[in-house]
Amino acid sequence: MLDEPAVRNARVGAVEDAAAPMIEIVDLVKRFGPFTAVDGVSFAVGRGEVLGFLGPNGAGKSTTMKMAAGFLSPTRGRIAIAGHDVENDAIAAKRALGYLPEGAPAYGDMTPRSFLEFLGRVRGLERAALAGRLAQVVDEIQLAAVLDQPIETLSKGFKRRVGLAGAILHDPPCLILDEPTDGLDPNQKHEVRNLIRRMAPDKAIVVSTHILEEVEAVCSRAVIIDRGRVVADGKPADLVARSPFHNAVRLRLIATVADLGARLADVAGVTRVTTPEGGTPGRDFLVVPAQGASIIEGVAARLRQTGIAIETMAVEHGKLEDVFRDLTTSDAARTGARP
Amino acid sequence: MKSVCTIARRELAGYFATPLAYVFIIVYLFLTGIFTFYVGNFFERGEADLVPFFDFHPWLYLFLIPAIAMRLWAEERKSGTIELLLTLPVPLWAAIAGKFIAAWAFTAIALALTFPMWITVNYLGEPDNGVILAGYIGSLLMAGAYLAIGSCLSAATRNQVVAFVLTVVVCFLFTVSGAPMVLDAFSGWAPQAIVDTVASFSFLTHFNGIVAGVIEAKDIVFFASLILAALAANAIVIDMKKAS
Repeated sequence: MLDEPAVRNARVGAVEDAAAPMIEIVDLVKRFGPFTAVDGVSFAVGRGEVLGFLGPNGAGKSTTMKMAAGFLSPTRGRIAIAGHDVENDAIAAKRALGYLPEGAPAYGDMTPRSFLEFLGRVRGLERAALAGRLAQVVDEIQLAAVLDQPIETLSKGFKRRVGLAGAILHDPPCLILDEPTDGLDPNQKHEVRNLIRRMAPDKAIVVSTHILEEVEAVCSRAVIIDRGRVVADGKPADLVARSPFHNAVRLRLIATVADLGARLADVAGVTRVTTPEGGTPGRDFLVVPAQGASIIEGVAARLRQTGIAIETMAVEHGKLEDVFRDLTTSDAARTGARP
Repeated sequence: MKSVCTIARRELAGYFATPLAYVFIIVYLFLTGIFTFYVGNFFERGEADLVPFFDFHPWLYLFLIPAIAMRLWAEERKSGTIELLLTLPVPLWAAIAGKFIAAWAFTAIALALTFPMWITVNYLGEPDNGVILAGYIGSLLMAGAYLAIGSCLSAATRNQVVAFVLTVVVCFLFTVSGAPMVLDAFSGWAPQAIVDTVASFSFLTHFNGIVAGVIEAKDIVFFASLILAALAANAIVIDMKKAS
């Protein structure tokens, strides 16, 4: 799934343009009455970067994106799109941005063709340029089959793709996509991810999602927010390394051993031995290390010494999901997290 | 300015994409006919003018215009397209103006389709066509004022029925504010200046002035400034209500 060259290019691009972020959010705060939805969020996205914007429902993802797109005004803080301040230079900022709002709203009584033509005209595309872009986008997002059907009669997947087409129609240097793959089937998800990867080298892209595998598949960086605050910001691989199960060893023994925990307890780096989800107690084990320590050699040596026969043995990388759960539910983890 | 046109064109096409436009126009023409010929005694009066036709416009608009205006912003908010529209590179006023102009153009189309009325009266007698033209201008201006109020109130809610009822109530107050039933409530205690101010907000007074064939600046200014004020309020309401 992971298209290595594309991701590598994306990272190179980010380094080159690191001095001039395309989407810059500084100390953003949004209050609705007494409720603080976004509480001091800052991040910057350079050309070539795909930033995965994660967080549980209600964490402030959509509110942040609505402010970045110029729909809501922030209570405090600053947002710049391609160098244009979203509050003071709104039209220029909006021109440089492609935005897919949550739920991909569109005018239901229009056809995708008339809808996209409308967006193109409002964005000031000339007739010939519009026709060219329309053909290109329709081809890229595979809308040809439904181009002349009213949008309200389309399936959820097609509606989402129409919204996505609208966001990229004017080929903007910055893209903010709020859950672009929500409601798509696995094939369509794959297509949209490929599209994002193809666009990545010369755009700055923010993608919000709650599908964590998507982050590992397309994003060069991930920001996790919880209750309006950034709780993690880093490459997906680095975030995964923070999983409590990173470098854990999964074992399946040939015969049942009751006291494996006691036998491995004093191996350097081992904190505990558990039965993995769905495993057979006494045969399947998960040996958890202290904070990502590499323990496989120690564990293997001890098993050899004690003569325990192994059927399979593998190192776990941990899952982004574990990190996500850790960061967004426990207060202890949050104070430890880098802001 | 170009974006105002683009938005207005999309909106206007939207009216005709659904049965709404046709239902509205048919009901409108049907009701103007009934009011003019049966309630207004068009023939019995024996005069070649369109006074019975125009006389009922304020009351007709009171219910028909809110039906057009109710969906202007309430629907955008309900379907979420407001987020799309307001993140396009157009200023808020352009979006408001575009939608308003489309709705106004639509009522103008409906009004223009009453031309058989004009043909009839010209066939039967020799009316003062200048007065009739003034009547049409007055009617269109008044429709614009109802629409602007409706557009503003439509932005306050995502429920079209609520928008409709609110608009009917507010428009009703504007329509009758010159009538004795309203003025009597003030004249007992308020100074004459206040009574006059309330009376001067009456759509009926201004409309009847124009329909009588006297296009006075004060009547035009009244409707124009009311439209602008309502649309300015519309912008404020949209800004306030965006988050909810």
